[in-house]
Amino acid sequence: MTSLFEEITETSVDIPIRRVTITVNGEKRSANVEPRLLLAHLLRQGFKLTGTHTGCDTTNCGACTVLVDGRPAKSCTMLAVQADGHDVMTVEGLASASELHPIQEGFKEEHGLQCGYCTPGMMLAAKALLDENPDPTEDEVRWALSGNLCRCTGYQNIVKSVLWAAEKMRNSAG
Amino acid sequence: MYPSRFRYESPASIEEAIALLEEGKGEAKVLAGGQSLVPMLKLRFASPELLVDINNIADLDYHRFDADGSLHIGALCRHEHLEKSAEISARQPTIAAAAPLVADPIVRTRGTFVGSVCHADPQGDWASCMVALDGHIVAQGPNGRRNIPVRSFVSGPFQNVLAYNELAVEAVIPAPQGTALGGYMKLERRVGDFATAAVAVAVDMSGGKVTRAGIALTGVGGTTVDASDAAAALVGSSLDEASIGQAAELAASVAQPRSDHRGSASYKRHIISTFTARLLGSIAESNERAA
Repeated sequence: MTSLFEEITETSVDIPIRRVTITVNGEKRSANVEPRLLLAHLLRQGFKLTGTHTGCDTTNCGACTVLVDGRPAKSCTMLAVQADGHDVMTVEGLASASELHPIQEGFKEEHGLQCGYCTPGMMLAAKALLDENPDPTEDEVRWALSGNLCRCTGYQNIVKSVLWAAEKMRNSAG
Repeated sequence: MYPSRFRYESPASIEEAIALLEEGKGEAKVLAGGQSLVPMLKLRFASPELLVDINNIADLDYHRFDADGSLHIGALCRHEHLEKSAEISARQPTIAAAAPLVADPIVRTRGTFVGSVCHADPQGDWASCMVALDGHIVAQGPNGRRNIPVRSFVSGPFQNVLAYNELAVEAVIPAPQGTALGGYMKLERRVGDFATAAVAVAVDMSGGKVTRAGIALTGVGGTTVDASDAAAALVGSSLDEASIGQAAELAASVAQPRSDHRGSASYKRHIISTFTARLLGSIAESNERAA
């Protein structure tokens, strides 16, 4: 996929190119892209934000989940041109320079990952849930994460991690 | 695989979109939520020359009940907007029941109701709801708008009757004849999988009698199956046990399931009968409680 990205910046005349400007993790970034470039690949190969993982590449697994204008989206199922003018958050946008986001802390405290492949997508789906519902039940967490597959954990500790984060965020907000 | 190369346009009005479709001469595809189209582009099942992205057209992202009681769903109304709508949950039980069962929560943030009906996947949940509710699609082309009843809208698996220069701008569910009751039940092996089988039921009742009924089946035929005989058997009844039993049997008899890794044909037929009876039973109960 690297070649595809480089190919389009070399601009041969007959290949359609669009300029896109996307706010990624709070920073405005622009690129010339071919319309068929997927958002996941612009983030990974173009912007070098490799925290967004591509798993199944068929809209099933949710590993590539990012937030688009605050709502979770599978970035393998969105064209980069569709994100033009929008706000995208990847897993790299969660932590500040000095500390982890409570969701990341939760995954550490509750052993919410084993191989870690699904983790970025899980965290962003969890963020979308907690932004909307700061005090979810276990069922609500399971429901919100049902578009994200994990092949290691059996989900138990992922759910615990999100509940841990919810509590921590409620406590620090209060 | 990567999508084939295409030209991409994102018009700001319906008229511009239609002009682009006209220009595309049948080689253009409309992109709304993209949750079925983008995977199909990646598999190169679809290789359009031109992609017309309608997401920048204002005023297509709505659902509203008009004064006459009809429900209007705009071309950019996402599944999750229907799932989270208090108005839908209070007034349109079939759609309210199906919305949380479409795909998975992340797909529901982008995928659209109208796009799903246009996609005409025989496994599509919304097409069954539309058939059960007797809905229609409003198509706009260079010569204005026309209404296409959903039963003649879908012409086969993944096929609809839209002309190449027409855009489906809205889906309409007519006003109920009395109280709108209904539901949707779907058996799936896991979230996001295609339905093993599913049933949509919509029943209008007035004075304890059924005034109108619709039953449609998902995943048990080459297209959505309209169980019209089963629905007709309910009209005029009070949803007593005998009429429910008869409808469940008729619904199962029009299903055309195929045995596959999701289950045998006879199992799927059994599910259709069971779901139809359960849905109608709970509608009868809720109607009694309301009376």
